[in-house]
Amino acid sequence: MKTLLLAAAFPLIGGAANAQPADPHAGHAGHEHHAPAAPAPADPHAGHGTPTGSAADLPIGSAAPPPTPADDLADRVWSSGMDRARTVLAQEHGGMRHLNGWLDRFEVRPGSGDDAYAWEARLRYGGDINRLVLKTEGEGEFGHGLEEAQVQALWSRAVTAYFDLQAGVRQDLEPRGRTYATVGFEGLAPYWWDVEGALFLSTKGDLSARFEVSHDLRLTNRLILEPSAELHLASQDDPRSGQGSGLTDAELGLRLRYEIRREFAPYVGVHYERKFGDTADYARAAGEDAEETRVVVGLKSWF
Amino acid sequence: MIRTPDRRFLLKAGGAFAGGATLSALLPGWARSATPGLTRPAALTGEDIKLTIGHAPIAIEGRRGHAIAINGTVPGPLIRLREGQKVRLAVENRLSEDTSIHWHGLIVPFHMDGVPGVSFPGIRAGETFVYEFPIVQYGTYWYHSHSGLQELMGHYAPMVIDPAGADPVAYDREHVVVLSDYSFTHPHTLFQRMKGQGGVFNLQKQTVGGLLAGRDQTLAERLEWAKMRMDPTDISDVTGAVYTYLVNGHGPADNWTGLFAPGERVRIRFVNAAAQTIFNVRIPGLKLTVVQADGQHVRPVTVDEFQIGNAETYDIIVQPAEDRAYTLVAEAVDRSGLARATLAPRPGMSAEVPPLRERPLATMKDMGMDMAAHGGSAGGDHAGHGDHAGHAAPAAAALPGTAPPRQRGSDVMGHSMEMLDYSKAPQVKTGPGVQMIAPMPQDRTGDPGQGLESVGHRVLTYRDLIALEPNPDTRAPERALEIRLTGNMERFMWGFDGFKWSEGPKPYAFRAGERVRVTLVNDTMMTHPIHLHGHFFDLVHGPVGHLPRKHTVNVLPGGKVTFDMTAEPGDWAFHCHMMFHMHAGMFQVFKVRPAEGAAG
Repeated sequence: MKTLLLAAAFPLIGGAANAQPADPHAGHAGHEHHAPAAPAPADPHAGHGTPTGSAADLPIGSAAPPPTPADDLADRVWSSGMDRARTVLAQEHGGMRHLNGWLDRFEVRPGSGDDAYAWEARLRYGGDINRLVLKTEGEGEFGHGLEEAQVQALWSRAVTAYFDLQAGVRQDLEPRGRTYATVGFEGLAPYWWDVEGALFLSTKGDLSARFEVSHDLRLTNRLILEPSAELHLASQDDPRSGQGSGLTDAELGLRLRYEIRREFAPYVGVHYERKFGDTADYARAAGEDAEETRVVVGLKSWF
Repeated sequence: MIRTPDRRFLLKAGGAFAGGATLSALLPGWARSATPGLTRPAALTGEDIKLTIGHAPIAIEGRRGHAIAINGTVPGPLIRLREGQKVRLAVENRLSEDTSIHWHGLIVPFHMDGVPGVSFPGIRAGETFVYEFPIVQYGTYWYHSHSGLQELMGHYAPMVIDPAGADPVAYDREHVVVLSDYSFTHPHTLFQRMKGQGGVFNLQKQTVGGLLAGRDQTLAERLEWAKMRMDPTDISDVTGAVYTYLVNGHGPADNWTGLFAPGERVRIRFVNAAAQTIFNVRIPGLKLTVVQADGQHVRPVTVDEFQIGNAETYDIIVQPAEDRAYTLVAEAVDRSGLARATLAPRPGMSAEVPPLRERPLATMKDMGMDMAAHGGSAGGDHAGHGDHAGHAAPAAAALPGTAPPRQRGSDVMGHSMEMLDYSKAPQVKTGPGVQMIAPMPQDRTGDPGQGLESVGHRVLTYRDLIALEPNPDTRAPERALEIRLTGNMERFMWGFDGFKWSEGPKPYAFRAGERVRVTLVNDTMMTHPIHLHGHFFDLVHGPVGHLPRKHTVNVLPGGKVTFDMTAEPGDWAFHCHMMFHMHAGMFQVFKVRPAEGAAG
């Protein structure tokens, strides 16, 4: 069909060399990769402007940018429909809200006595900056019911590239119903540590704090070892709830999960808890151990 | 200046919902496997063209999926026009939501550009909209939805415009190859997952197993990167874990085949219509002579492989001499999968499909932190990685693609560098949407693209592209404008100068006809194919008068791209053509108005 022209104009077609004009920009060392096989053809554009000049060397003027127009030209063309279309455009280009939920822990902790269980879950709804976050966690023993259960409702705001500030309320269901105001943070620290911390002020005036940290150590792309630590602190001594002041207790965990899908990962691991100071004394006085190690089996999942 | 149309081209359609959806067995002729190539009647031609947007079932490798399709197929019909003609395109929307068509790369009056909310109100459910404009250019283009996530679901198709005069490219046969990606999971779900977890679809992360086996980064490198919370394996957001990569709607096992007769010069018109995938394209055994980029003729340049960003097009000539099959490979840039096709003298043939190559690892250079390369050259960088390892040899020797492999362990800085110094980009809005400001961004238009530095054969770079025809505007720029491409990979937030479009940033303002030098600086660790509607911009390298003209340009991570543009009157969308980046906010508008004091 069309066979002639290029072959005539550019005999190099199909050959290895590419036609290149003489490189005026050689000092830039930017063109050294061009095969030097073919002699550079004369620039057919010679005489127009600066034939041997590089565009990069053109002088750049210093004109001020024009003012930003306040109107949209489309409004001059289309009598209706643009307002709605602009709203949709903004929503669909950064304005979406999403619902995500995480079941971070959902596990059984078999023991010499009764088996225990524990959960930790989050639900998050909102845009990139402002979100509603619901959190719940708790644990108990089969046959003895819940030992600890709490829910939090938080407003979460992204404040830096990696960290969110969170504030809201916490309601404990067990060991006793108590309400707290809370403020905290959640984010990703250097070296890929997920960190989370919060202060809690109860309606009784008690101040406590919690700090959690965990990390995903990828043994393979699906087999992931997750070390974690959690510290609890309290400002007041509260013998009735068995809690001393200062560092009350700490948890260490090591969980090995297999991500069948990113969103679905069964795991096994070890969970270690230790009470400190007066808290430990209260526990011993009540005939409990101040420390405990348990194997855990569970499921991590999210959507 | 702006003419209001005599009438509003909105016609009420019958309101009938999409009835007879068709299967991919009925793909348009050019997209069918074992096609002999383009034959004129197989395309939609003429001055009156009708298109219908509707839901359609598709089949990929035997698996049924759901698509939003043009005229019932994915890809949709090829539209073939001639430079100088006029065209009316009536688009009927049989969806229950708005739709639109943007004519990608076509120079049209702004109100025919097809971006709802910028150029027109969109096409409501049940309505028919008639686009009407003159064809003022030649080349390979495509068209697609600019509404919601419809393009990701199949709403795209190629367009070929023959030059008014003689075609300077000689060929005996031509094929259109539309590359794309398809997920059987709804794109809204993919997006929601990415908001939930950074790198969720990346199944090629570095592992302890890899470290013990002596693969990937060394411990020192890993620690340095981990400290910065940067993942060098984060090459693609959406991967082969959930994508099937397509050639003309065919999965790799479907083996789309284009026929040739040995000795023929075969022109292949490549369109990357993928939502979120950059491809590396090669045909083992054949040299690829690039003759057109983004629809614009370039001086022929012969390579072994080229990278094609989303929405880019390349026309190449191959001349298979042997009576055998050749495999066309379009490898996803992160090497998590590939699109595959066959060029063969007869149907039913196939050739060896090369295995996926090792996935690339991002380097300090991709963070704009390559001290060694900085201050040197832009184009010399492809071999620059060696500099860290003490290969002080100047990079000048290596052709793009043939640099010696980076030495393991060489990608450490050994000192800290400020990663978020806003004083380097005062126009950027601070906040959670900005993870990084590239400390030392480089012109990377001489680089072959991520993962192609050391593939052992010649790879195309932007610096190889020289416009065949003289540029229409060779004036020096009157002013300069820098736009930063910003993002946060952990939060999956993307924007320009720190703004998502939903945050209401000030549009970029231009005077009609003014010549402006625009520099795009990539402050993220991912390549962004940036598209400006309604314009061809001239990449600033090489001789004045023959700069390559493009509508979409890949800006490599930690890199920058500079172009000169002549502002055309109108309001024009400007965005990343990674559709999920755009959806996340990486979208802006260029507002071009008559100069102050000018009539109008």
